[in-house]
Amino acid sequence: MAVTPKFPEKHYLNQTYGIRSWLLTTDHKRIALLYLVSVTFFFFVGGFFAMMIRLHLLTPDGYLLSADTYNKMFTMHGVAMIFFFLIPSIPAIFGNFLIPLMIGAKDLAFPKINLLSWYIYIVGGSLTLYAMVTGGLDTGWTFYTPLSTVYSNSAVAPAVVGIFITGFSSILTGLNFLVTVHTMRAPGMTWFRLPLFVWAHYATSVVMILGTPVVAITLALAGMERLFGLGFFNPAMGGDPILFQHLFWFYSHPAVYIMILPAMGVISELIPTFARKKLFGYHFVAAASLAIAVIGFLVWTHHMFLTGQSTYAALAFSFLTFLVAIPSAVKTFNWTATLFGGSISFDTPMLYAFGFLGLFLIGGLTGLFLGCLGTDIHIHDTYFVVAHFHYIMVGGAVMGYLGGMHFWWPKITGRMYPEWLARIAAFILFVGFNLTFFPQFVLGYLGMPRRYHVYPPEFQVYNVMSTAGASILAVGYLLPMIYLTWAAFYGKVAGDNPWPATGLEWKTPSPPPTENFEVTPVVTWEAYDFHNRPDLGLDEPTGHPAGGGVVPAHGHD
Amino acid sequence: MHRTGALYGQFKTLEQQKDTASLGMWIFLVTEVMFFGGIMLAYTINRHTYFHAFAMGSNTLSLTLGGFNTVVLLASSFTMAMGVWSAQVGKKDLLKMFLSLTILLGFVFFGVKYVEYAQKFHHHLVPGKSFDITYCVNNPSKCEDIGAEELEVERKEVDAAMQADPDLNAHAQLYYSAYFGMTGLHALHMVIGAGLLFWLLKNSFAGIYTPEWNTPVDIVGLYWHFVDIVWIFLFPLLYLIDRHK
Repeated sequence: MAVTPKFPEKHYLNQTYGIRSWLLTTDHKRIALLYLVSVTFFFFVGGFFAMMIRLHLLTPDGYLLSADTYNKMFTMHGVAMIFFFLIPSIPAIFGNFLIPLMIGAKDLAFPKINLLSWYIYIVGGSLTLYAMVTGGLDTGWTFYTPLSTVYSNSAVAPAVVGIFITGFSSILTGLNFLVTVHTMRAPGMTWFRLPLFVWAHYATSVVMILGTPVVAITLALAGMERLFGLGFFNPAMGGDPILFQHLFWFYSHPAVYIMILPAMGVISELIPTFARKKLFGYHFVAAASLAIAVIGFLVWTHHMFLTGQSTYAALAFSFLTFLVAIPSAVKTFNWTATLFGGSISFDTPMLYAFGFLGLFLIGGLTGLFLGCLGTDIHIHDTYFVVAHFHYIMVGGAVMGYLGGMHFWWPKITGRMYPEWLARIAAFILFVGFNLTFFPQFVLGYLGMPRRYHVYPPEFQVYNVMSTAGASILAVGYLLPMIYLTWAAFYGKVAGDNPWPATGLEWKTPSPPPTENFEVTPVVTWEAYDFHNRPDLGLDEPTGHPAGGGVVPAHGHD
Repeated sequence: MHRTGALYGQFKTLEQQKDTASLGMWIFLVTEVMFFGGIMLAYTINRHTYFHAFAMGSNTLSLTLGGFNTVVLLASSFTMAMGVWSAQVGKKDLLKMFLSLTILLGFVFFGVKYVEYAQKFHHHLVPGKSFDITYCVNNPSKCEDIGAEELEVERKEVDAAMQADPDLNAHAQLYYSAYFGMTGLHALHMVIGAGLLFWLLKNSFAGIYTPEWNTPVDIVGLYWHFVDIVWIFLFPLLYLIDRHK
């Protein structure tokens, strides 16, 4: 780019000043940053618990923590990471920031409700933190009854209330996104011109809307059972603990898709941008998001194969579990096909996208081991399960999250992050992640159960590897936090569209003005179309045998 | 802080603004259906498993009070609908009247519910250590609000149910868990609805709802009707399980 980009004088960050202007803002971009700060806080809370677990498991006898404390550590790790990091992370930060920009709107449909949902998150999060510091929580993040309702001596009640409250934050965010996508699109932004990030969030919102209320009532019933002695899940009154598991997983399995679908949306943005190529099979990828959301509601009892449910039910749910793998595979194939013949550049966001592809593939395929009735009996409740879902949640969702963070950081702050440092951090993260979790597949297959605070000495070598990997992983997380914060103030000025990418969010200054666009944009192009976009400055009429080509990301070598 | 019906910054037209608000409310009601759906599932499974205990529990409820409350809520739905109509045609005095009537009927419902709940406490029908489905049958002097004839019928029903389900006292607690859980959540929704109605009433005294802009009346009306519909399900599920005898 010949012209040095200029930092805009007025933008959403300096429109108004003072703490009130942040705490009472209704600007979706500022609310996204409020979420960024609070979600990052919970990520490090959850990370602290994870480190305690890994340190404890360095030795077979576990010298560090007592058995009870160990129970609390893995419970609180799960609670913090799932309810307060993974579920809100991409939707509440990037969804909030980007959906209005991507569809050419000035804000979400309900800006005040958007702010309300952040406050609800904070209230629920504070209650849960209160539970963590005043007695902790030892039921597992799944709150199985009657342990949680009758027997546990930890602070179950405030934690359940906190998570119940936080659920409404998720419901309101999903509601806001659904309505926004329906009613706020700019002229020309038809449904099939929407970026796939928006489609993914649409599907995510459907899951949030239909699933979260069910976990809300489930936790409400469990809470009322603990506090007031109601009896739905209490065997002493003839109640059924398995009913709790059904209700809980009816939400908590689809919740997995709340975590992974938005990350898939991010990957669908990164790959076309850094391959300079239209995404292969746009309609299929969009439909796959919806298919995952729908089928995802029909697989929940695969968490309960060993509860003594009917064999026929187990067969049906096993079949449906295999079925839900198909749309995920469609996406993976389409992303890979997009790479074919593209002019690929290895900027940091793309490194994360590649990381996602590989790790999600492993995570997804090992999910099929678990969905298969015969093998599940062997590896159920072992470290194999732990490794599987960490490959999806950390290898998938967090890779997507960090890829998106690097990709849109120039849009959010107006400044570039240090590219080489970021590439090294991405590499460290990838190595650390695999070293942490790959040995756990082996451990699980050899029979080490999850949630035990001791293990036979022959498993030590794998556990030491895993703990070593976790400390490398921690460095991989701390580095981006440090250099991204630095870059927000001192990074090179990014300009409107540093990559360049095709979305509407790049057609406004970085950082954007409070009203997003000075003039409401009119969309006349298809999604990810690098041709027919003279505004990107990439057209190269004679470059390609098939007709017009586009300039590769870093020019011709 | 007055909502004057002006166009909010994020919208282009008033029509878009109104469509957005009502779509939002409908989606919210979908979440409410899922919310009540969870507890209704728990109810259904337990009713299927412990039918005799559920029928017995249901027969200890007062059909008169429950039926009266059903009429009250249906009437409040009517006054709410009239309130929405008044706002749409710009009859501001009628709007105030109908909103007030709706609130009044809501409070009548709370009053009756209070009487019912209090009875259950007196009759030892709250799940917990002192729960005793035979309490009134064995202590007629403590349950003077139930007539002697009625109590005689109840005695026969309890005896029959005990024959069918020896663990009746435990399983009847499940029925009462459903009763308090479902009616309690319903009442909580009514409290929120009453709060919203007070807010509408305050605004309607300021005269801000016009035929051009009355979206809040419209969407609070949707919410109120939804809460009524929940009761229309709860009444037969809880009060009418086995009344044909």
